[in-house]
Amino acid sequence: MTNGGSLLPIIALLPFLGALVPGLMIRAGRNACATFTAVPTIAALAMLGVLTPDVMAGEVLKAEIEWLPQLGLSASFFLDGLGLLFAFMILGVGLLITLYARFYLSGDDPMGQFYTYLLLFQGAMLGIVISDNILLLLIFWELTSLSSFLLIGYWKHLPEGRQGARMALAVTGSGGLAMIAGMLILGNIVGSYNLTDILAAGDVIRASDWYLPALILILLGAFTKSAQFPFHFWLPHAMAAPTPVSAYLHSATMVKAGVFLMARMWPALAGTDAWFYIVSITGLITMVLGALIALFKDDLKALLAFSTVSHLGLLTMLLGFGTEKAAIAAVFHIINHLTFKAALFMTAGIVDHETHTRDIKRLGGLAKFMPITALIGTVAALSMAGIPLFNGFLSKELMLEEAAHTAWYQNDWIVPALATLGALLSVAYSLRFIFHVFAGPARDDYPAHPHDPPFGMYAAPALLCVLVVAIGVLPGLAYPMVKVAAQAVTGQELNFYLKIWHGVTPALIMSIIAVVGGALLLGLHRPLARAWNAAPRPEAKAIFDALISALVRLSRGVTDGLHNGAISRYLAIFVVSTVGLVYVAFSGGTLSPPTREMLPVPPVVAVGYVLLIASALLVVLNHHNRFRALVLIGVIGLMISAGFVYLSAPDLALTQISVETVTIMLLLLALHFLPKTTPRESSVGLRLRDGVIAVAAGAGVAALAMVFLLRDFDPISDYHLANSYEGGGGTNVVNVILVDFRGYDTFGEIIVLGIAGLTIFALMEALLSGPAARRLRNTDYSRDRSRDRHPLMMVVATRAMLPIAVMVGVYIFLRGHNQPGGGFVAGLVISIALLMQYMASGFGWTQTRQRLEYHTMIGWGVLIAALTGVGAWLGGAPFLTSIYGYIKLPLIEKFGLGSAFAFDLGVFLTVLGAVMLMLYSLSRIARYAGETVNVEPMDYDPSGKRELKKPEGE
Amino acid sequence: MELLVASAVGVLTASGVYLILRLRAFPVILGLALLSYAVNVFLFSTGRLAINAPPVLQAYGDASYSDPLPQALVLTAIVISFGMTAVLVMFALGAYLEAEDDSINMTETDETETTGKEGEA
Repeated sequence: MTNGGSLLPIIALLPFLGALVPGLMIRAGRNACATFTAVPTIAALAMLGVLTPDVMAGEVLKAEIEWLPQLGLSASFFLDGLGLLFAFMILGVGLLITLYARFYLSGDDPMGQFYTYLLLFQGAMLGIVISDNILLLLIFWELTSLSSFLLIGYWKHLPEGRQGARMALAVTGSGGLAMIAGMLILGNIVGSYNLTDILAAGDVIRASDWYLPALILILLGAFTKSAQFPFHFWLPHAMAAPTPVSAYLHSATMVKAGVFLMARMWPALAGTDAWFYIVSITGLITMVLGALIALFKDDLKALLAFSTVSHLGLLTMLLGFGTEKAAIAAVFHIINHLTFKAALFMTAGIVDHETHTRDIKRLGGLAKFMPITALIGTVAALSMAGIPLFNGFLSKELMLEEAAHTAWYQNDWIVPALATLGALLSVAYSLRFIFHVFAGPARDDYPAHPHDPPFGMYAAPALLCVLVVAIGVLPGLAYPMVKVAAQAVTGQELNFYLKIWHGVTPALIMSIIAVVGGALLLGLHRPLARAWNAAPRPEAKAIFDALISALVRLSRGVTDGLHNGAISRYLAIFVVSTVGLVYVAFSGGTLSPPTREMLPVPPVVAVGYVLLIASALLVVLNHHNRFRALVLIGVIGLMISAGFVYLSAPDLALTQISVETVTIMLLLLALHFLPKTTPRESSVGLRLRDGVIAVAAGAGVAALAMVFLLRDFDPISDYHLANSYEGGGGTNVVNVILVDFRGYDTFGEIIVLGIAGLTIFALMEALLSGPAARRLRNTDYSRDRSRDRHPLMMVVATRAMLPIAVMVGVYIFLRGHNQPGGGFVAGLVISIALLMQYMASGFGWTQTRQRLEYHTMIGWGVLIAALTGVGAWLGGAPFLTSIYGYIKLPLIEKFGLGSAFAFDLGVFLTVLGAVMLMLYSLSRIARYAGETVNVEPMDYDPSGKRELKKPEGE
Repeated sequence: MELLVASAVGVLTASGVYLILRLRAFPVILGLALLSYAVNVFLFSTGRLAINAPPVLQAYGDASYSDPLPQALVLTAIVISFGMTAVLVMFALGAYLEAEDDSINMTETDETETTGKEGEA
């Protein structure tokens, strides 16, 4: 029996898949496009039909696809009576709208787009009503806001369309955000995001302290979506949409989503005073206010829009009453409202389509020209008015009956009186729709000559009118559906009858008052309308626009204030907020007592420390003199390297000292082209402010480090120490971590380094082909050029040191797996050896002796590392699994050779290539700056050949 | 010793932060270099301090070892921060050579000037 549930995800997915169809089929013509758009809807309807008997029998069908169960995220669906009712409404009306739109849209409108949006919306709506997981429901909820935005703004060329779409999105979207918060609170109270769990936990929810916030937030979502006062204003503006959209979204589906949600959450949230008063008062106000405004609207669609607002208010009020009978009335009215209101919207669309106007003042007497349309419109409007033998009457009676028994704060006449007033106004505007549009004398000044549309266009509303009359005469037809849906809302077994004649009840009397009063009111419409139009009243759109532009001004002010193009400001904001956050975290936590003793400080360490601190402070004080600052930076780097040696990190010391060398060379090269001093431009106040920020940041970090250093915790590195030799084949654990345990990280890092090298090369190329190259050529650097640029002593010394340095590099590389060293350090050492040649004999001389391109070296490095990793696949192991063995070459100590060794070779080559490419790129700039290119190793060669000596500054 | 390391990290951070808040590219680069030192030493210190206990396995006896994991992380961090410094230097150099100004802040007038120049080109 329950295997039917597996159809649910397919039903939910079908419209989304179907959304692709119109785009493909539009080339085959408009009829084919419409036909194929109907296919997914029909298929979904058929599947729903298969599931119907089970649901009617009272079963709840479920399907669950787990995604992230830890977070409570799963794609779970369920179908009960309420879901079934709504699913039928969404798909059924969707089908009718597809048909209607085929005839409504003109040849200029992109029909494929329209159908795609329509199906997207249909899928989102369908998702809301069959989701079991509230997070999933929220996603579909937001999707309806987005897809309705597309639909409302479908006529992009109309400013009203665009503004209406924006307004609808802003209002329903912000309501949706509130609802997300509310739903998350709800999920936290219950401990599950599954709707079925939440619905079963109503007592827990109502008893929770968080009940009221959750209720208000969720209701905000529902009220904005269902256009309840004071959020009702967006709906009339959304009427700028094509009429099929209005008929679908604003009568049957989207605006009902809020009502659906309240009905869905009824077992969990209803039954408290808060629910009763908030929901029923909002609903009643909306009902009366909407009806009142509708009576005085001259635009047909605006009239219908406000009548929809009013009817949504009615539904909200009924749900707010919180009684079972009210729930029955609400469910029944949902069906009835759907039938007559969709028919009315489509009628309005036909009138607009045929007469080219929707202004009631310019219409009247249309019954003569378009009798079929007039008949349809009259039937639907009479139902809306609540005239017997039409279905609107039945649910309105139920509503009045409930209202008659409801008291607010012990006042038992205000609810019935206001409900009767609402009904009365509703009769008045419904009759106006009939009498001012279809009845009356025929006119001869219609903007177009009216006539009945083709069958395809009135088929959909006609079918709905048949339903209106059928249910109105034989309410038993709707009974099973109403029963199963109302039971799903209340969660109780319900026994009731739907019938036309209940005897002379208060509801009947109220109904009679409403009809008579409504008719009288219509008679007085002309003077009343004059008075209404003369009366001042708040214009919602103006208020909304003012609010939005105030918000835009505010955010622009904030953005411009923070983001004004000054990096210093961003950095200051960043540092200050980080310090602030850390302070908050610090002050909120507790600190365990220190568990470690401090190590003693030998005098030599103290000296190093003083040097370090003094240099750091001197850099700050002296940074205007850039060379001096650079020298001081070098001192700091050396002291840190020494610190690493002392604190048992030989690998770090080696790396730090070689990187230090390379960095200083790089900065020196760059400084050659940059100004040698930094101007003093910051005011004293600014410097003071930066100083305060800096001291705060420094103190924070120091405190954090201190706290850290004095406490013990269990590191994960015991594993590395224990397995380094057996698993990785090396005794230098740091190196084994780099090339084995965390090889993947290292692989990523050498790629980053390679990319950095290539970036610099690319930047330099771009720079040298731009205006900078011209400027470089015209700048005279000769005055800071030494007279002996390639001194004899240096050339000889570096030449002698090259093989030694390379030997040291190779040695460090080979022993790296077992002793401090490895690919990173070896790469740096050898690049320093090569750099010395560049420095001693100049760029041109060295370049001619370079055999390997640095780009190629980076490429090979990454490739070798990758191949090593891939090699592990051959052995059936995961990427970068290492193998190793020991070999003993003659004359050389026994050393380990494994795949990690090849990987380290890749690291070595990449580091060497990247570092060399960076410095090479910088020094190439020098050639553009009029640097002479020497082909000789040194300026003055004592071994004769005096004639080759170049004159200075050629 | 711990106090020295922690205060050194603090002083380096403070100097670094002060320098990156300057208005010219070169002090900012120096500041970033100082911040890199601070961050690296800080990361290293999360493995706690130990003397004469390099994480190189000894064949005999049960020697104590300092925590190798922060060291491995810092080793790559040192090399990567060199790469980053190099890229920044290149940016600064390029910006200076193109605009003849190594100020890092873009003010309103600068923007219009730049667009004006682009318009000419």
